[in-house]
Amino acid sequence: MPVITYRQALNAALAEELARDENVVIIGEEVAEYNGAYKITEGLWKKFGSRRVVDTPISEGGFLGLGVGAAMMGLRPVMELMFWSFAYVGFDQIVNNAGCIRYMSGGLINLPLVIRGPANGGTNVGATHSHTPENFLGNTPGLKVVSPATPYDAKGLMKTAIRDNDPVCVMENTLLYGDLGEVPEEEYTIPLGVADVKREGKDISLIGHGRAVITALRAAERLAEEFDISAEVVDLRSIRPLDEETILASVRKTHRAVLVDENKPFCGVSAQIATMIQEYAFDDLDAPVTRVCALDAPAIYSPPLEEHQLPTADRIIEKVLAVC
Amino acid sequence: MTTAQLEKTEHSVDDFAKAPVNASLTSKQKLGFLRDMLRIRRFEQASLKLYQQGKMGGFLHLYIGQESVAVGTCSLLTPDDHCITAYREHGHAIVMGMTMDECMAELLGKSTGCSKGKGGSMHFFAPDKNFWGGHGIVAGQTPIGLGIAFALKYREIKGCCLTFLGDGAVNQGVFHESLNIAALWGVPVVFIVENNGYSMGTSLARSSSIRSCLAERANAYAMDWDIVNGENLYEVRAKSVEAITRAREESKPTLLEINTYRYYGHSVADANTKKYRKAEEIEFYKQNHDPIRLWEKQLKAEGVADDEKIAAIDHEARQEAARSVQFAEESPFPELQEIFDDVYYEVDQGTEAGHTGRHFFND
Ligand SMILES: Cc1ncc(C[n+]2csc(CCOP(=O)(O)OP(=O)(O)O)c2C)c(N)n1
Ligand SMILES: [Mg+2]
Repeated sequence: MPVITYRQALNAALAEELARDENVVIIGEEVAEYNGAYKITEGLWKKFGSRRVVDTPISEGGFLGLGVGAAMMGLRPVMELMFWSFAYVGFDQIVNNAGCIRYMSGGLINLPLVIRGPANGGTNVGATHSHTPENFLGNTPGLKVVSPATPYDAKGLMKTAIRDNDPVCVMENTLLYGDLGEVPEEEYTIPLGVADVKREGKDISLIGHGRAVITALRAAERLAEEFDISAEVVDLRSIRPLDEETILASVRKTHRAVLVDENKPFCGVSAQIATMIQEYAFDDLDAPVTRVCALDAPAIYSPPLEEHQLPTADRIIEKVLAVC
Repeated sequence: MTTAQLEKTEHSVDDFAKAPVNASLTSKQKLGFLRDMLRIRRFEQASLKLYQQGKMGGFLHLYIGQESVAVGTCSLLTPDDHCITAYREHGHAIVMGMTMDECMAELLGKSTGCSKGKGGSMHFFAPDKNFWGGHGIVAGQTPIGLGIAFALKYREIKGCCLTFLGDGAVNQGVFHESLNIAALWGVPVVFIVENNGYSMGTSLARSSSIRSCLAERANAYAMDWDIVNGENLYEVRAKSVEAITRAREESKPTLLEINTYRYYGHSVADANTKKYRKAEEIEFYKQNHDPIRLWEKQLKAEGVADDEKIAAIDHEARQEAARSVQFAEESPFPELQEIFDDVYYEVDQGTEAGHTGRHFFND
């Protein structure tokens, strides 16, 4: 199987969907002539031209709303945010318009819209550029939220997101863009709402999404080598819809869970997972569910400190050892 | 802006040299402007080296090529005036009186930095010097500048707030909302668009719908506006002082568009920097429109400085920058626990409010 980067996987998904469906249009800042600030759209403008791949002024509120309107008309806009942090400038369009119009119209209007871009800290760009809004978005009925951790998932989820008839927010990660992974040549999609067990284990479940999954996998490796603890790693992949069954099955097997989350702890995605586990798998638990989240302050710039602000394998191992 | 347009707006500095605000300048003040421009350039060149050595994280947006804008405009400010800008703010920070040491230390994320290593390159602040940042979200600072000016008027202080933004930032909704409120309420704010021709890799022509210039958009809000050749310090001062006076004396806003040019990429990490504009274009500006060279030429023509004097000022600026690098490198990083300082005033001060209820949710 070919090994490609997460970036190439996203690029391939976009290219395939552009070729497949005339209604797909890519819109965002620097997506066309510049090839994308993070090169996700590299080569697409050259191949598909200015009608299908469109550069915008720096007007997030305006172009996100444009995406909503175009989707209402049946186009399938894929809106790139250079950073998800910049979505805050256009939050009204995402939450009030993309999130509520279908409901308020009594189902008369559909919104086949994708909003995508990186949503991560860890790159020393300061508090305003390091937001992880998947919890806010997941908190909005009407929006869907996915967060791929690997090249394979990135491609499969992106294709599904584009074909989905509801607004889907795809939360990527600049620190994963260069990661390599196997991606089949033949066409595939990954349904939204299906988690993936990235590593089987029997002693404890490590549950997360996005880059936290990669950190959890590193921790699991060390737990096996250094402590003879067998950790299972569950990758949510999709935050809303959420695959409760896979999470609960894992916890019922291992009887312990540590949730790993690059979100801030207060009302973070992991908070929802924790309440769900205690509600539906309370009797299966041998220990309290604990969490490793981003340290609860705005993202600090100072590079050696920010490294510790996000979940680390060390912090995961510490939490695991406390309950195993 | 095209070269042809720039050529068109180019005229003799003499007209502007005669403006009262310039005619009254002493030699010392004129040399001071040169010193400040050189200090900015040498500071940034030193920071670029550190970035290339991998000692800095994140982004580094260099102001090199635009120095005359910050120096010319901010040279007109009094202690009742204020300044706020975006992430390309090292120049404004330095002319507003921030030290190279605190700025360089901030770039390295050190606890001696102006923001204790918390803000980084895009987020310098010095409220004690009327410098309010340093803002990373494009145009996010524009309503803040409006608010600072609102507070001045509210307190009946005769001052203004210079609110800088880029030519790409003019297309954000909050900027237009701010223009309308400023004109509607008579807020003493001076919006200054530093038009360096590009927003990242997008030329002005590809980002803004205009008839002749960006500043004329002020017409839509019944606001005064002007367009300025930024390479000419005298022109920058002569035209800015009108706007500043209008703000201070009449409590009316102005939109200034100052044409300028950046030599480096959007940020140092801009891999495409040579793709969206030709190397010859950059070279042309360096050769013909460098604000520092032009000011040096002017000072020599006026007999204010000779080559030796200029070299001495430059040497000092380089030394100061070198010392700031050493200071920054020798400074400690913040302690991990300091991540939680400076989030809430009440918690930092240990007040009752800061002790009541849980503020942080680390497990
Ligand atoms: C809301 C928002 N959108 C996008 C960005 C990314 N970005 C940072 S600077 C920039 C270009 C701004 O250009 P301009 O306003 O001309 O200022 P210049 O960089 O030329 O000083 C972009 C797109 C951002 N920081 N914030
Ligand atoms: Mg610009």
